[in-house]
Amino acid sequence: MTETLTIGKALNLGLRRAMEDDAKVVLMGEDIGKLGGVFRITDGLQKDFGEARVVDTPLAEAGILGTAVGLAMRGYRPVCEIQFDGFVFPAYNQIVTQVAKLHARSKGRLPMPIVIRIPFGGGIGAVEHHSESPEAYFAHTSGLKVVAVSTPADAYWGIQQAVAHPDPIVFLEPKRRYWEKGQVDTAGSSGPLFASRVVRAGDDVTVLAYGPMVKTALQAAEAAAEEGRSLEVIDLRTISPLDLDPVYASVRRTGRCVVVHEAPLTLGLGAEIAARITETCFHSLEAPVLRVGGYDTPYPPSKLEEEYLPDLDRVLDAVDRSLGF
Amino acid sequence: MSTLSQATEVVDPVPGADAPHLPDQPDLVQLLTPEGERVEHPDYALEVSEEELRSLYRDLALVRRWDVEATALQRQGELGIWASLLGQEAAQVGAGRALAADDMAFPTYREHGVAWTRGVDPLHVISMFRGVDQGGWDPVATGFNLYTVVIGAQTLHATGYAMGMQRDGAESAALAFLGDGATSQGEVNEAMIWAATFSAPVVFFCQNNQYAISVPIERQSRVPLYRRADGFGFPGVRVDGNDVLAVLAVTRAALAAAREGQGPTFIEAFTYRMGAHTTSDDPTRYRLASELEEWKLRDPIARLKAHLSRSGIADADFFAAVDAEGDELAVRIRRGTLEMPDPAPTEIFDHVYAEQTPELARQRAEFVSYHASFEGEQ
Repeated sequence: MTETLTIGKALNLGLRRAMEDDAKVVLMGEDIGKLGGVFRITDGLQKDFGEARVVDTPLAEAGILGTAVGLAMRGYRPVCEIQFDGFVFPAYNQIVTQVAKLHARSKGRLPMPIVIRIPFGGGIGAVEHHSESPEAYFAHTSGLKVVAVSTPADAYWGIQQAVAHPDPIVFLEPKRRYWEKGQVDTAGSSGPLFASRVVRAGDDVTVLAYGPMVKTALQAAEAAAEEGRSLEVIDLRTISPLDLDPVYASVRRTGRCVVVHEAPLTLGLGAEIAARITETCFHSLEAPVLRVGGYDTPYPPSKLEEEYLPDLDRVLDAVDRSLGF
Repeated sequence: MSTLSQATEVVDPVPGADAPHLPDQPDLVQLLTPEGERVEHPDYALEVSEEELRSLYRDLALVRRWDVEATALQRQGELGIWASLLGQEAAQVGAGRALAADDMAFPTYREHGVAWTRGVDPLHVISMFRGVDQGGWDPVATGFNLYTVVIGAQTLHATGYAMGMQRDGAESAALAFLGDGATSQGEVNEAMIWAATFSAPVVFFCQNNQYAISVPIERQSRVPLYRRADGFGFPGVRVDGNDVLAVLAVTRAALAAAREGQGPTFIEAFTYRMGAHTTSDDPTRYRLASELEEWKLRDPIARLKAHLSRSGIADADFFAAVDAEGDELAVRIRRGTLEMPDPAPTEIFDHVYAEQTPELARQRAEFVSYHASFEGEQ
């Protein structure tokens, strides 16, 4: 059955289905129960599944993740909501030193099937700490997996796949796109979680994006087409592990690549991706891999965020520079 | 005085450090005096058979023998480091022996005495300090989690695990170990807030051994630690940590209350780290020899031995047999340590994820082929 859903509603339905499928799934977070979450992603779930499975927690992010570790040891599958990206740092110790390492240090005896949902990225006119893109911190940590969704269909299926997955996953939700609509086949099935996907075919330049920047990249491709330039857009979908085989295949055809993310440029995902493309596709490249990202500054006050965030024009500028080599 | 000398003038004491500390030291729960005399406590009656008393002594003595052997092995270069439990045997054995089989313990990195009571092979603990693995025992089968090195992080795990027990309708409890220094950690305070809020069946067992490496308890708390529990809304009790009977009685009662749905308890086991923080530490830099001498008079093993001898529960033959068993244990630990094989180099790639990712598989293959390139070289 195909339905038109927003990303937010698709996540809500996906979580509901994950809870129906497995009684061990427990949702934990601040304001997720009675209120349904500040973005309403868990709306109605506590009413239907009870307070033991949809837990309004004390206001303590390390507590959310630390107790999730204990619940996971006991056989539960905690899904933790971090209210905003900038508030994940109190939990960073538990995520990096405990969640990420326990499977390895226990030689597989202590699986950590924990999902850490984080609304991430800017563009909503918020005050500080509500617009950040912390994905590189997590992608740099072995033992964690990191995914970012960009469509309602990926949101609906991706959250269910993440909950069922045995490893801990940082699940990044593009908060400014929560209200974007798309078609979701809720009766169908989905592709693998850890796979990138070509979302627009093209021949001249390969543009890579994930999360909120996928839409921006597609808009850039639309505009470029009017000028007779053909951009291939790939939604990376998974940030750790990266799935770059489709990227390599694309770059070998186009010879040019632009990576787009909201996170600051230095040591962002673009740096790792550029290095790998250079190592793997060196002889096919017509231009260096270019990056479009946030600047190496703190996230600015919201009156300036449109200047800080990559947009259609900055992507096209990088495409022009790539074609100029 | 020049500006420079003013700027470099040593401020001593540290501003605020002369504030009143530990205004009163209330009586400890005690069932065995330092002289080995059995006394009663109105709140903590303990029925303990002669057989149990002998077996508690055996645990204390064997754990100390293990610890002494491990320290020696480190001094001889066979272990990278060792965190000695010297002086804390009664706190650990008493707490460990209070656990039921389906309870779960969450240790720091010093709970060798608890490990012993859970049936963990000493060599599985030693392997971590030798650098062979991160702890070789099965935490689920033994009911004894892996050691946690990040101070206090395990108190949240214990609380979450206890919340799982609650959801399972299990009549069991979690026992979270921590030290005096850990009580300053935010995560420990979060754990106590969560445990109280959800009335989780978890007991916080704090061994106050007076020092966090070199920093004395006065730098962690202005009130006796057990009184912290008041602020979280659950009972706190201070027990003589060098009295194995009192620790057993107090921990048993707290675990029973937790299992019955009465929520958490904070136990402060007042004890002393008679050795160094670890084999890398030099306690002569921060504490007086006289202090150590004073605590030696409260030795946890000597007092139980005095009680057993004086009351005729154990004779010289028994003590000689335990000593001999300790020496056999030491031989087994020494031999097992020396014979412990190094891990295969490729093990670093194992178990990072449930299933190896393509990138890790690629790095592993590169690692294997790089090392193979040296084969045949002199």
